[in-house]
Amino acid sequence: MHDVAKHDDAKGQYFWVWGALLVLTAIEVVLGYKQVFSPVRMLEVLLLLSVIKSALIIGYFMHLKFEIALMRWVLVLSVVACFVIMYFFFFPDADRVQPPPNGVGIQQTS
Amino acid sequence: MAEATIEHDAVHGLPASHGAHGEYEAPLFGAYSKKVGMWLFLASDSLTFGALLFAFSYNRIYTNPWPTPFHAESIANATIMTACLLSSSLTMVLGVFAAQRHDRAWTRNWLLATMVFGTAFIVLHGMEWSKLIGEGLVLPGFVSLLGVTAPSATGELAEISKNVPQFPQAFFGLTAMHMLHVTIGVIYLGVVAFRKWFLPALAVIWIAAAFLIPSGNVFHYPVHALGMGLLLAAVILFLKPKDYDAHDVEVCGLYWHFVDLVWMFIFPLVYLMSTKVS
Repeated sequence: MHDVAKHDDAKGQYFWVWGALLVLTAIEVVLGYKQVFSPVRMLEVLLLLSVIKSALIIGYFMHLKFEIALMRWVLVLSVVACFVIMYFFFFPDADRVQPPPNGVGIQQTS
Repeated sequence: MAEATIEHDAVHGLPASHGAHGEYEAPLFGAYSKKVGMWLFLASDSLTFGALLFAFSYNRIYTNPWPTPFHAESIANATIMTACLLSSSLTMVLGVFAAQRHDRAWTRNWLLATMVFGTAFIVLHGMEWSKLIGEGLVLPGFVSLLGVTAPSATGELAEISKNVPQFPQAFFGLTAMHMLHVTIGVIYLGVVAFRKWFLPALAVIWIAAAFLIPSGNVFHYPVHALGMGLLLAAVILFLKPKDYDAHDVEVCGLYWHFVDLVWMFIFPLVYLMSTKVS
């Protein structure tokens, strides 16, 4: 069983994770504000950065990295499976109700 | 708490007394029950936010044109809010370490620092909401349900509310749900850090806020969520008074980090994808 007290000697890594999260946030803000990519590509890039940030938070701050493998896999796979099911419920129906104009619905900002 | 005092096998997650017939059942996932319970709650809560984020994305993709009302000032404000939450996660981790060293004073200090960052987030978010509402971003339901003074603004945000009501619906729905979670988290931290001594402080904050927030403000009625939190915390503390240990602090931290985690998706999806390039 994982006991967080055993990781007290590795406290420095949490400052690194915090710093990495702040840097990734700064990158997101610059990308978002400068509109470096097209909106669809921007959405992909921002979501990728968010997934990296959430992995750091779950793995280190929430200590899931240090839990036993069974707990890691059961939690992560069950939540991801639910999101995949949710995706298949939501978006095909969205297409049926209102097809996106020109194939891409995201507004190109001026 | 029996589960907190059982000695476990560090490698296999089995009780040290494993082998004594039927004395203890092996803990699920090799973790104590409170932690497993919190993880299961967070997994279910992530589906709540997942549904809201899917709904927001649905609106975002299939509404054309999608409003982009957030100027540099709003983005700067949201970036500071993000930094507050990220910093609060660091202080929370340090609080967990202090609790495991049985350093009561520093546990309280780090939890208090986490509460300060969380409160700063709520205040900044409230100011942002008030500014947007003042500029005309409202829902019809706000006026009747919350007694909000309908703004007389006729600018860009008023036009958005009129022509693209999906935007204020998605924005306020998602951010209100998150703000409620942050508020519950701050109360949870206060209970774990200060136990029954937190109750009078919460009562003072609630009463002061109820009197100071004007009746036309969107937070005039929602501030009574603090009163409900006070009642719930009082029931818990008086029915089952206990000295919260390192496990309780760690479980509380799991909830707090989850609140931070959710914001990592709300910030880019809601704010950065709706940035107004000037």
